[in-house]
Amino acid sequence: MNYQYVLQRLLSAIVVVLGVTIVVFIIVQIVPGDPARVMLGPYASDEAVLGLRERLGLDRPILEQYILWLGRAARGDLGQSLLNGQEVAAQLWGRIGPSFELAMVSLAIGLAIAFPIGMISALKPGSVIDVLATLFSQIGVSVPTFWMGILLVIVVSLNLGLLPPSGYTPLAEDPGDWLAHIILPAFTAGFVSASIQTRFIRSAMLDVLNANYVQTARAKGLAERAVVVNHALRNALINIVTIIGLQITALFSGIVIVEVVFSWPGLGRLALNAVEERDYPLLQGAVLVVAVMVTMVNLFVDLLYFLLDPRIEYV
Amino acid sequence: MSDSSSSLREQSYEALGPANTLWRDAFRRLLRHHLAMFGAFVLLIVVVMGLFGPAITPYDPNGMDFSDRFANPSLDHWMGTDDFGRDIFSRIIIGARVSLQVGFVAVSVATIVGVSLGLIAGYSTRLTDEVIMRAMDVLYAFPAILLAIAIMAALGKGIGNAMIAIGIVYIPIFARIARAAVLGIRNEEFIIAAQAMGAGDIRILLTHILPNVLSPIIVEITLSLAFAILAEAALSFFGLGTQPPDPSWGRMLSEGRDFFRQSGWMGVFPGLAIFFTVMGFNFLGDGLRDALDPKLRR
Repeated sequence: MNYQYVLQRLLSAIVVVLGVTIVVFIIVQIVPGDPARVMLGPYASDEAVLGLRERLGLDRPILEQYILWLGRAARGDLGQSLLNGQEVAAQLWGRIGPSFELAMVSLAIGLAIAFPIGMISALKPGSVIDVLATLFSQIGVSVPTFWMGILLVIVVSLNLGLLPPSGYTPLAEDPGDWLAHIILPAFTAGFVSASIQTRFIRSAMLDVLNANYVQTARAKGLAERAVVVNHALRNALINIVTIIGLQITALFSGIVIVEVVFSWPGLGRLALNAVEERDYPLLQGAVLVVAVMVTMVNLFVDLLYFLLDPRIEYV
Repeated sequence: MSDSSSSLREQSYEALGPANTLWRDAFRRLLRHHLAMFGAFVLLIVVVMGLFGPAITPYDPNGMDFSDRFANPSLDHWMGTDDFGRDIFSRIIIGARVSLQVGFVAVSVATIVGVSLGLIAGYSTRLTDEVIMRAMDVLYAFPAILLAIAIMAALGKGIGNAMIAIGIVYIPIFARIARAAVLGIRNEEFIIAAQAMGAGDIRILLTHILPNVLSPIIVEITLSLAFAILAEAALSFFGLGTQPPDPSWGRMLSEGRDFFRQSGWMGVFPGLAIFFTVMGFNFLGDGLRDALDPKLRR
């Protein structure tokens, strides 16, 4: 087994996470003027501004600020929210679950739509289904996520009254209600990513169908069904993992938007609320957690792909 | 002997045709690409709306008429009116300018910075390459819209900062494409010949490498315009981009959210405007990809 690949991939993830912390730290540093004044608003007293500057360590040299902030963050201390004084880490902890659930269900819905469409369109290139699938992938990627969410709320929730328009129920509390609440937001995020995935799956399946071993399987007289199911599909399935890896960052981008439209209590909505309230420690915490989550999922996907296909090398 | 060889050379140059045949062929292929032409037609309409907006709006886009709120589409108001009685069609025409402006400025920022970094990374030492590309990996680790929100939180709300934020978000895509293209040709004979003749690095990058990596960059510019317009609409929807009373498509959707039950049209037309514009750029981008590199076509 090529352990050097695993080691290099782990090192690269550590470097990326360190870089992410620098970017997140810089968010406060590039605020024009005095960040403490911006956070407290124009009517805050000079004493209050000075107090906040000291509390956040903004009066210290920038490198010292970063090292102190990083040290605290590594211990799970992301400071206190400026709005309610609560621990940022505690607030974020309650939001990770809903965001992660939404991301996973969206991914599953996206693949459930994209996989059959991509497969059929690759098996019958040039057919009506193929043309429709290509159109779907090109049109789907052009639909603004938030607009689709709004339209679904208008039609499915407000007009037909089939599903709740917003809100969240924890899975452990009431699985039925959780499902009713997650369908619309997950479908919204999943639909847009399905349009991109369809193209990838079609392309991957076409590659497999043109491979030598598939030609050989056909040449030795196997039925087309056996060629597709036993030879092509099995190898194309590996590509699902690649697609998940390619899509994960874009998926989380869609999740942020969907959380706002459907009032889903996740990290994206928390981040936007933090922006509105100029609560920079909370914003930094939310952005940091999402970026680290994305990096970890990407690392996991890469390692999983390595297990499935040990031929790959670190480039 | 020398006369005959030079005339032979001239003949062979003539046989090759004009120097820009590659681009001319690509343009011909693009003209035959139906979806790309449809995209270009849609974009032409949007560009006309953006350029001549104030001259062609039937009503003042910010003019309120409280006696005519939530009007359905009619001959007077083609797309109805909003909660302030403002003509939605006029506001959509003016919104085209905002979308195009943000798209073009943001993608220009991303292209200039990203391509420069990619060219440098692909052409310089391994250490410089590592530093630049790991920095790009870091930016890539953030979901695009979240990074744009974070940058806008620092810089402040407004359309100018939205352009910068979206531009920064898309820098890594251009850097990766430019770097990959450079790596593909940096050891070609014409580059080695230029080096042997004493050409400097900057000259080689700008006059020999850049023209040869333009195709994927042009395609990415077109596709990124689609994403930039979507991102601007999302930021304005969140209240971070265009500020009232100026209309932008994302902002119109955000303002109308509370009234969709009374007037669904307020939610339909701005969304359609975003959708068709983004689709136009996507169709054109795909067509350009097929036209510039027919081998990639499936």
